[in-house]
Amino acid sequence: MKKLTALLLGALITISSAVAAWAADTVKIAFIDPLSGPFAATGEQGLAHYQFAADELVNKKGGVLGGKMFEIVPFDNKISPKESLIQLKVAIDQGIRFIAQGNSSGVANALTDAIKKHNKRNPDKRVLFMNYSAVDPALTNAKCNFWHFRFDANADIKMDALTDIIAKKDEIKKVYLIGQDYSFGKAVAAAAVKYIGAKRPDIEIVGNELHPIGKVKDFTPYARKIMASGADAIITGNWGSDMVGLGKSVIASGFKKPIYTYYAASTGITKTFGADGKGPLKLVQEGAINPSPSERLTAYMKAFKAKHPGKDMGQPRIANVIEMLAKAIDKAGSATDMVAVASALEGMEHDSIFGSKIVMRAQDHQAIQDVHILAHTDEGIDFDLDNSGYGLKVESTVKMAAADSETTCKMKRP
Amino acid sequence: MSLVLVNLLDGLVTGLLLFMLCSGLTLIFSMMGVLNFAHASFYMLGAYFAYQISTYVGFWPGLIIAPVIVGVAGALVERYGLRRVHKFGHVPELIFTFGLALLIEEVVQFFWGKSQMAFEEPEILRFAAFSIAGNAFPAYKVFMIFVAVGIFLVLLYILTRTRVGMIIQAALSYPETVQNLGHNVPLVFMGVFGVGTALAGLAGVIAGPVLGTFPGMAVVLGTIVFVTIVVGGLGSLWGALAASLLIGWLQTFAASYNVTMRDVLTTLGLSEPADLATSALRDLWTLTLPQIGPILPYLLMVLVLAFRPQGLFGKRET
Repeated sequence: MKKLTALLLGALITISSAVAAWAADTVKIAFIDPLSGPFAATGEQGLAHYQFAADELVNKKGGVLGGKMFEIVPFDNKISPKESLIQLKVAIDQGIRFIAQGNSSGVANALTDAIKKHNKRNPDKRVLFMNYSAVDPALTNAKCNFWHFRFDANADIKMDALTDIIAKKDEIKKVYLIGQDYSFGKAVAAAAVKYIGAKRPDIEIVGNELHPIGKVKDFTPYARKIMASGADAIITGNWGSDMVGLGKSVIASGFKKPIYTYYAASTGITKTFGADGKGPLKLVQEGAINPSPSERLTAYMKAFKAKHPGKDMGQPRIANVIEMLAKAIDKAGSATDMVAVASALEGMEHDSIFGSKIVMRAQDHQAIQDVHILAHTDEGIDFDLDNSGYGLKVESTVKMAAADSETTCKMKRP
Repeated sequence: MSLVLVNLLDGLVTGLLLFMLCSGLTLIFSMMGVLNFAHASFYMLGAYFAYQISTYVGFWPGLIIAPVIVGVAGALVERYGLRRVHKFGHVPELIFTFGLALLIEEVVQFFWGKSQMAFEEPEILRFAAFSIAGNAFPAYKVFMIFVAVGIFLVLLYILTRTRVGMIIQAALSYPETVQNLGHNVPLVFMGVFGVGTALAGLAGVIAGPVLGTFPGMAVVLGTIVFVTIVVGGLGSLWGALAASLLIGWLQTFAASYNVTMRDVLTTLGLSEPADLATSALRDLWTLTLPQIGPILPYLLMVLVLAFRPQGLFGKRET
């Protein structure tokens, strides 16, 4: 009987707090990303971070506009552009004005077009697109628009930063490029050829090849070729099992030099590499977690781990999205006038929880921030990934990477 | 030259691994006429079971226990699943194994999630056995070679030198006659299915640490095992071995040499179109051997079916 009373009481409290949240009129953010299918692990991690960031960085401090709370509403897009457009429609019908999406540039391209059209046709119900991970350079170049903001460093910026670091390493004379045979793999290879050629013309590109995506059983022959080429470094945009397969084969073949990657961390990858990856494996990413740049981040990470012991903060920039959006809404004095919010976000300078300054560049809405080369290691790791003891430690940093890079964006402002 | 030697060894490892999958499948296929689509799924189950066991008691017990569990599961599937659909003909059997493959993949994702598992080779084998021109050859791969060769010898002995082997051989060619002679053919079927799936499980255990343990690992191998048994000839252990090695080397060498179609075509005396970017044949001209590598086994299968339908070592028409 006692148990039942406690249960009833608990249920009552939950209902009443839910009602309270409802009554307080929240600022809703639609999270449109894969929550089922092969990429669900990444989507779920992103959602957990969004909800945590909204609670920790905004709601616990009293919300925005003097008391409105952030609420993250998840929508499963199954990583399909078609499904995403349906979910976007549903979100807009529910009166949601902020859209967050990141996984897959294909989805982001579809969403940015749809949002541009929607805003043109419905000036009183405009929405903003917070792109936190899709790195196709076109989104802030040829396809840029006033409603799209990118918080991650795009593929070109990452390569620009990476080649800045490579250019300083005199021991690197030969580079091998390998990637998956599709648009992103090709974009990474093209950017690498362009930037290495400009910064260190003496570096020889000893291999530039694409392999079938998700179809290679055994990467050993590729690893042998890389060894035979005498490469001093490997650059790859591979992700998922292709990343693990390639990295493990190359390391097992005796490769001890750096393997520069975009996505070789978290969702099981860090744990799988374990001790083997220590030394060669490097990642180019924004957001420094080890060593922790501030007390504030340490507390933030500890609280995240306490709430989600099985999850990682794989995409640090999500914290920036939430903080910068809250700031912009407060500055605009409205969560419904999108022109005011977007104008406040445009050109905003923000001191990130990760220690970097962030500038939302006005001419193309691309966030300019510090980009790091991170090493896969178990030394000096305060916050590991996959609960494996291994994590990513800052090895070198490019301050405000590609701040002066050119853009072909011709922004039309309302 | 030294690279050729390295590739020969790598191809040998790939081929022998393929052989462990195919040896069971070829017996099942030729005896029961069942195209077991779920065979590669048992391979995946072997890897996941061994990973789970390795987190408690280490790699070595898993090497024994996991294939046994998979084999028992396989025998149960035959006894209570396949045997029931058998009376409805081959198409329901096919659909049954196809559904089983999908089911196993979903079950694996349900229990272990979608992420890659950190299944690692045992500490004692984590060193380079030797290296050829700077290419390290891991001790674990030497171990893989020994296990596969051991399996081959044991199977060969059982099939050709023991009474059980004789009955299996006879049941391969004349199942009705063997049944009429009073042998329990359904029991033989169940045993062969169990042993075949156990071998697939064992292949999974030793491949898991090298090729990765993830939900897509069965799909990646799925079709190539059928190609191998057709090329080798149904029911032939020697055929399965020869075809596995052939395909292992074919894939390894194809991925290792960047021969481009441009080289081939210019050697043939054709000249490259002046403006490749707008030429209709630009895809043909820029094709490389590693890119067409994955389809070479299928090409081989088509050739074998056209010129020697019973397979390289097979006695029956496929």
